[in-house]
Parts: sequence; C-alpha cells; structure tokens
Amino acid sequence: MKKKICKPVLAVGPFHPLQEEMEFFQLTVDGETVTDIDVRISYNHRGMEGIAETLQFDQVPYLVSRICGICSASHPLAYVQAVEELAGIKPPERALYVRTIINELERIHSHLLWFGLAGHFIGYDTVFMWAWKYREPVLDLLEIITGNRNNYGNVRVGGCREDIPDEVRPKILRELDKLEKKTEMLTKAVLDDPVLHVRLKGVGILKKEDAISYAVTGPTARGSGIGIDVRRDDPYAAYEMVDWKMIVQDEGDVFAKVVVRLLEVLEAVKIIRRAVKKLPAGPITTEVKEIPAGEGCGRAEAPRGETFHYVRSDGGNRPVRHKMRAPSFVNVPSFKASCIGQSIADVTITLAAVDPCYSCTERIAVVDGQKKMVHDYETLLRLSREKTARLRKEMGVEEIKLEDE
Amino acid sequence: MKLQELDDSLQALKDKVISVDKTTDKRIYLTCESEKSFGICKFLYEDLGCRFVIATGIDSDNYFEILYHFAYDELGCVITVKSLVRDKNNPSVDSLANLLPAASWIEREVHDELGIEFKGHPDMRRLILADDWPEGVYPLRKERKK
Repeated sequence: MKKKICKPVLAVGPFHPLQEEMEFFQLTVDGETVTDIDVRISYNHRGMEGIAETLQFDQVPYLVSRICGICSASHPLAYVQAVEELAGIKPPERALYVRTIINELERIHSHLLWFGLAGHFIGYDTVFMWAWKYREPVLDLLEIITGNRNNYGNVRVGGCREDIPDEVRPKILRELDKLEKKTEMLTKAVLDDPVLHVRLKGVGILKKEDAISYAVTGPTARGSGIGIDVRRDDPYAAYEMVDWKMIVQDEGDVFAKVVVRLLEVLEAVKIIRRAVKKLPAGPITTEVKEIPAGEGCGRAEAPRGETFHYVRSDGGNRPVRHKMRAPSFVNVPSFKASCIGQSIADVTITLAAVDPCYSCTERIAVVDGQKKMVHDYETLLRLSREKTARLRKEMGVEEIKLEDE
Repeated sequence: MKLQELDDSLQALKDKVISVDKTTDKRIYLTCESEKSFGICKFLYEDLGCRFVIATGIDSDNYFEILYHFAYDELGCVITVKSLVRDKNNPSVDSLANLLPAASWIEREVHDELGIEFKGHPDMRRLILADDWPEGVYPLRKERKK
C-alpha cells in the first residue's frame, strides 16, 4: 500500500459574516510554523469594471463608492480625478477643501475601526470597545455633512454634491478636539504597554525589499520604511494647501503598522482642523458639459493605501474602459513575504495588520495526513489571545486601563 | 530628479517605443509593440526605480492593449506602458511576474478577462473567474460584450 505524504494545510476563510470581502487563505504548516501561504480571492466578484462601462460618467461615482464601505470616499475621488484630468476640468477651491475634509474623516474612522479589530484579535477587548466608541462621532460628522454614515456619494465630476454648512464647522472642531485627546490616550496606552511591545514587535515583518517587489502601498509600505503617500507625491484636493507630515516607521512589523495608523489619525485631525479653518468661500461645483475622448489616471490615498483609477473615453457619455485598483490588491499578496516562518498564533494579527478588508478567519481546517481536524474561527482567535495572556502573565503586567471622562 | 531629467532618462527607451505622449506633466504614456514591453517595464522598475501600480487590459478593435501603470513617486508621475498585442487569435506577451511579484495577480486577472497568455508566468491559475466558468469565454472581450 502506497502511503501518500500530505503537508498539513490550514485553511482560513473564505466567508466571514463580519467582513464585506471573501478571501481564502491556505496556510501550509509544519508544526506551529507557517511554511507557505496561498490566497484565493474573488468569491464575490461584482463585475464593477464591466458595470462602469454601462453607466454615464456622472453615475459612476455612485457605483465606485460601493466598492468598499470603508473607502467610499477614496474610490469616487480617484475616479472623479481621472475624469477631471482627461477633460481638463478644474473644480473650485472650496470643493477641494470639502474633499480633503471628507477623505480625512474617512481615514480616521477606518484606522480606528482597524485598531479596534486588531485589539480584539490579540485579546485587548477594552481597546476594541474604546476605539469603536471614539469612531462613532466621526461617522456622525460624516452623516451631518453628506447625509450618510458610509457611501457618501459626495464627489462629482467638477466638484462636490454637498457643502459643509458654516454652522457645522464649530461642531467639527469640537468633536476633533475630543477625538484628539482620546486618540492621544490610546496611542500612549499602546506605546506604554510592555505586553504589546513583546506581542507585536518583530511579528510579521515585511522587509523593505519585499515591500518594494510586492509594490505595497499605504500604511503597509510606510510601516516598512518606504516614504510614499499620494497626498504628498501627487497632491490632489487641498493637501498641498494645508500643512501636514507623513508618518513613516522603519521596522516593518505589526507594531510599526499600529504606530503609523495611530499617528496618522492624529495627523488627519490636524489636516481637518486646518482645512475647516481655511475653508474658502465660493461655489462647490463647476459646470461640466461634455467629456471629450481621452484617458486619465486618478489616484487617491485611501486609508489602506493608494487607490488607482484609469478611465478611457471615446467622446461618448460613458467610459469605454474603467480600471479600478484598490490598495488591498497589492497589499494582500505580500503575505507571502510576511507570514512564512511565523507561528500560527501570530498569523491572525499579521494578516490583520495589512487591514485587508477581510480577516475572514471563519472556517479553519487543519488537514494532517489521514487525520482530519477541524478548527474554527474561535480556535485561531483563541490561540492569538492566549499568547497575549501568557505573555502578560509571564511579565506580571496588568491589563491595559483606559480612562474616559 | 527633476521632470526634465526623467524625460532624459526615458530617452534610453526611444528605440523600443512607438511614441511618447504626455497628457499632463505628470502623466506619461509610452506606446510599444508587445515584444518590447518586458524590456521597457524592466528598465522602469530596475533602472528608474518605479513602483508597479497595476495593469489594465483593453480590447481595442484591431488589437489588445495592456497598459502597465508605473508610479514614479519622487515626482508623482504615472508612467504608463501601452503594450499593443496585435495577434488577436493567439494573444501573448512576456510575463513580468518573475521580475516583479506585484504583477502576478493582475496578469492572472487580465488572462481571465481577455484570454491573453503571459509567457513564463509561474502560476497561471484563475484569479477572478469562478471554477465553473466555461473555458475560452472572456468577459471583457468585445464580442462577448455585444
């Protein structure tokens, strides 16, 4: 009788009811160590690029804002900038400021959401509760300005749809002050917590050369020492007109990505505050007649990285080709570089550190030779949380305490 | 590097490209035949240090186009290599995936959408089409769209 040699495979995904995207990870493991990773995507292919060719230029923003509920300001902005580039349209200055404010509010709520989830994955449920609580007023602000907590549909070719009313400006500033204090407290709690240092430093390192060959973007790149940010490199909206700085960390591990995101929240608060104070008077939209034949590339720095849209027009009223690239499309393949050699207990947080619109760690099956063991989402989560609890006990450190007024 | 210096560097490619178009200061389009695109992309990535952004596959009536978008972040430029694949019956082009792992997924996607063969790709499995999608049917080809 022939004996078939099978490598143990740990399957992660494809479905998780909490996440909007389905991804399926097959981890080949040797004991506790991951030796290979394979990713399958597109379980929920929506044919957006095809649909965009059937819509008129001014309808497409509503489609692309539904690519992702979190990045629903970045995608339409990148698209609109591509069309404005090909048609040579200059939106009024006030619209540029409104776009900046909405996109930075989006960055804050996305980073806080990620931070809460990351805390949950490693057993810091207090962090999860607080971060999501602080995120809530940001969504309220977005609702006041655009009418929606997500899927804002606020940009249009040539400007914006909804203005920021003058009476809302003091409220935005007040909420920002509160948020800034709370984010500072969270940042300090993370930087001061010795368990988090041990738990996250040196875990899931994406080396700079790997980050370059996988062409990652956003906090994933900036956490690996690559100083790229579309807001600075190819300025759009009002980013050139307000003062801000880019956050870069060299280590490439999970901790570096946490620090980048937390500091970016604080930076976003400053950007919004300056933009709200400088908000120029005037119209928020300019008249758009026809879109000529041509092509354009639009880029926006979404919370997860560069969003890229390419639009080609033949002079008709619909795009003949519209390519959309979300940052996760280049960030996710980098798991091949960051996960191999990690222990299973560290995989959850390493995968989550990229913030890949997923974390679908729902169905997990370890196939070991002829024996079949089935783990579920709770097992992987438990392994991750147990490691934190063990470290905390070994170090004799109490659980993180957060204070609120 | 300044914009002028970037233009000068791109002169090294002048034997390989059909045309160089600038729609704005920061958007450069290099059109070439499909046989030359690998060399051009290699030059952009290895010699100029450009970052691969994505590729777009287009079915233009008489040929396929593959647009390789590269970002030159220092200047905020997007350099797009338009590779014209003229053989519509057996479309193929050299794969970038071995040189640039970042291109692996998108080449699989373009293969799914348009049926273009990427020669030398290490892993040409389907990326976006479902397992039960019929062989030889390509969703972004013109004949399919009609």
